[in-house]
Amino acid sequence: MTLLSVKNLTVTLDTNDGSARAVRNLTFALEKGETLGIVGESGCGKSMAALALMGLLPSISRTTGRIDLDGKNLLEKTEAEMCQIRGNRMAMIFQEPMTSLNPVHTVGRQIMEPLRLHTGMSEGDAHQEAIRLLDRVGIPNPKARIDNYPHQLSGGQRQRVMIAIALSCKPHILIADEPTTALDVTIQDQILELIQTLVREDGMALILISHDLGVISENTGKILVMYGGATVEAGKTDKIFEELVHPYTQGLFAAMPKLGRSRTTRLITIPGTVPDLISLPTGCTFTDRCPLATEICRETPPPVVEVKTQHFVACHHLEEARARKTEELFS
Amino acid sequence: MSVFIAKRVLTLIVTLIGASMVIFLVMEILPGDPALVILGVDASDSAVATLTKELGLDRPPLERYLSWITGLLQGELGNSYAYKVPVWELVQGALLITLPLAVMSIILSITLALVIGLYAAANHNKAGDVTLMGISQLGISIPNFWLAILLIILFAIELRWLPAGGFPGWDEGIVKCLKALLLPSLALATVVGAILARITRSSVLEVFREDYVRTARAKGLSQRATLWRHVLRNALIPVLTVTGIQFAALLTGTVVVENVFHIPGLGSLVLKAINNRDTIVVENVVLLLATMVITVNFLVDILYAVIDPRLKAHDI
Amino acid sequence: MSDKRSLSFLSRCRRSRSFVVGGIMTLFLLICAVISLFWTPGSAYNIVITNRFLPSSADHWLGTDQFGRDIASMLMTGTQNSIVVAVVAVSIGLFIGVSLGLLAAARRGWTEEIIMRFSDFSFAFPAILSAIMLTAILGPGGVNSILAIGLYNIPVFARLTRGSANAIWTREFVMAARASGKGRFRITFEHILPNILSIIIVQATILFAIAILAEAALSYLGLGTQPPEPSWGRMLNEAQTLMFLDPMQAIYPGLAIAIAVFGLNLLGDGLRDVLDPRLSRKR
Repeated sequence: MTLLSVKNLTVTLDTNDGSARAVRNLTFALEKGETLGIVGESGCGKSMAALALMGLLPSISRTTGRIDLDGKNLLEKTEAEMCQIRGNRMAMIFQEPMTSLNPVHTVGRQIMEPLRLHTGMSEGDAHQEAIRLLDRVGIPNPKARIDNYPHQLSGGQRQRVMIAIALSCKPHILIADEPTTALDVTIQDQILELIQTLVREDGMALILISHDLGVISENTGKILVMYGGATVEAGKTDKIFEELVHPYTQGLFAAMPKLGRSRTTRLITIPGTVPDLISLPTGCTFTDRCPLATEICRETPPPVVEVKTQHFVACHHLEEARARKTEELFS
Repeated sequence: MSVFIAKRVLTLIVTLIGASMVIFLVMEILPGDPALVILGVDASDSAVATLTKELGLDRPPLERYLSWITGLLQGELGNSYAYKVPVWELVQGALLITLPLAVMSIILSITLALVIGLYAAANHNKAGDVTLMGISQLGISIPNFWLAILLIILFAIELRWLPAGGFPGWDEGIVKCLKALLLPSLALATVVGAILARITRSSVLEVFREDYVRTARAKGLSQRATLWRHVLRNALIPVLTVTGIQFAALLTGTVVVENVFHIPGLGSLVLKAINNRDTIVVENVVLLLATMVITVNFLVDILYAVIDPRLKAHDI
Repeated sequence: MSDKRSLSFLSRCRRSRSFVVGGIMTLFLLICAVISLFWTPGSAYNIVITNRFLPSSADHWLGTDQFGRDIASMLMTGTQNSIVVAVVAVSIGLFIGVSLGLLAAARRGWTEEIIMRFSDFSFAFPAILSAIMLTAILGPGGVNSILAIGLYNIPVFARLTRGSANAIWTREFVMAARASGKGRFRITFEHILPNILSIIIVQATILFAIAILAEAALSYLGLGTQPPEPSWGRMLNEAQTLMFLDPMQAIYPGLAIAIAVFGLNLLGDGLRDVLDPRLSRKR
């Protein structure tokens, strides 16, 4: 049975200015041990999708579709049942290690909390396990560090603590939402490598969320590219990097600074800004910034086409997008 | 931690010295001739001269200030001019009523604030929240001495449940005394409790938006467990600040409310002293009240460090 | 979002329910005070013992007190007293406190240190404590209560002004003004004061309410406004002795104080919404 299967997941936020579809018909499947990267600009709905999986969306939101974990729809579970899944079967790491830990409790207490909650461990056992976890996430001298408060640790160390908390109950799925964005560049690779190692050792499935296509390409087996709440391109990582099809993916790739490129070459940028979710077109969400857009794009949602095995693209102008070079598209 | 406490104690001492100097300045230097204040403008020159000598007012100010302070430290406050008894005796009896009243009121206000504030926050923007916040807005606007009068009319005159005033004295048994202090502390606690309830509510709501609350929820903690284990302690920090500030209001409130209920505490004592021109008593009671305010704020500072480990780190 | 930000000042006023309700209540108070200067329904001063304890009627809207004075008229005249005391006391605190705060922020160094240390221990002397000291040496009277409340307001304004002013001093446009050679005095009046004015106005409104409360408390204790001048606190004091006889007399003055304070508090909240939308969104 598929570990996690998401079908037509749609999240609507009811704001004062109108309702916004933050996630549209998100569909994907994740098997045990698989890694999936969700990539897109900030505000594209990727964090909303993650919170929807955890059942932690704000109360002004409505969620429809299916989220099947081991064949059981999470959207039909009660809050009490969800509490037994969160932190136990599914765990999450957040973007801001500086503010994601409670400043008034020791890190040890915060790591022990899910252990005590889900595994029924005694205080003493949980303490031992917390020390082991701290050691495992690479914090030196864990016996002393366990009594530290978050403010006594660096940003990278705090994110390691967050990872220890997430891994404490050996979840089947780990969701990492921009886990390295707030960290120094040198620390970023260490943290990503740590996540990779731990995921492989425990045989967990990983959903890695990032705005950075580079981070995603190096760390995940499957990719899902989101724009304005909708999936524009998805598939196996190597297949997608063989040929970037969707104009948005092409733009995202072109906008990445690359080593070895001559300094005189201008960095390509996608014109326009991140869209306002409320006023997005009903058709393709990328219409307003797409160089290929025509009338049909605005009105009709593009069909999802499997351009090659395990490589899906949602675009009305597939042929044109594949024929033109990225530089031509955004010049 | 010891550095932190040492620093606070130093601040406490400096503040106490500053406050005592202000009181000394206002009460003994500003009027020019305290003896004249005590005896009134019609007093004969010889009477004023005698009293000046008796009070030691012919000595230089610094010497007088120092002897006042050393006397204070030895529990030697001089004699009341009006009653001819040691000031310490008067103050001691009154303090034994005002202090329990203040403690009762502050406990009552914090309890009231936590119950109302947490309930309102848990039912954010629902009918219960809106109603309670409306009531608390009213509670803030009501003068405590008027509320005291209303409570007397309701509970003492109409329902006859509780005494309308007076204080039986501690030898009459604790139950009787607490009964006498119940309405006064309720009058004091309603206003302060209303202010603290609003702070509690907004503080809890604010903390609920913090990232670490989301972390706690992601661990699988229920909304309720998150509130108790992660929100409350952080939300208490601003509540504590305002409690410290409001204690001054509460203590001056006791001065007024004691007079409504005819309770012989510090408030009644100081008011009688004003009418008797008994400046020595006024001076010492004011210092005592100011000391209580300063001490409570010192304790609040210490409590901060207990609640929030980050503060200790800043000071070391 | 953008259309919300561009809302005009007036429509923001209308949108804030606190501002409208609080404004109306405060206006009502002011109108009462102004009318009472020319006309009151009865006499707030004349003692006519034969008219004592009259119930409400067309002649005496709220009845008469134990001396036969018209309670409605006393309440109206009492409004004047409360407003005058509050205005003068808040003005004292406002002018001295804001000046000290601006000075502390402009000069920094030991000037700031002295001013802030001084306001640090002044918190130990709430208005009633200062009033007790002042009355003990100067005797009771309205002026003393104004002075005591005013003194209490000084450090409140000084601290708020200094804090907000310090924040403005670090902003880019002030840096630019300094770089162009403007003096500290000129920058204070051209850039600092206009930018912290709304915070000060909101604080003044709230202290106005506190001043009315404090004045009532002092008059109630007999330390403030002296008879025969009607004041709400004084009326409560007199009514208290008659609680068993005529409880309604103890209701009206308290209600007047509560309405005044409630209205001003609401107005303060409303002004915060209207003058500084960023502040209220944070709350």
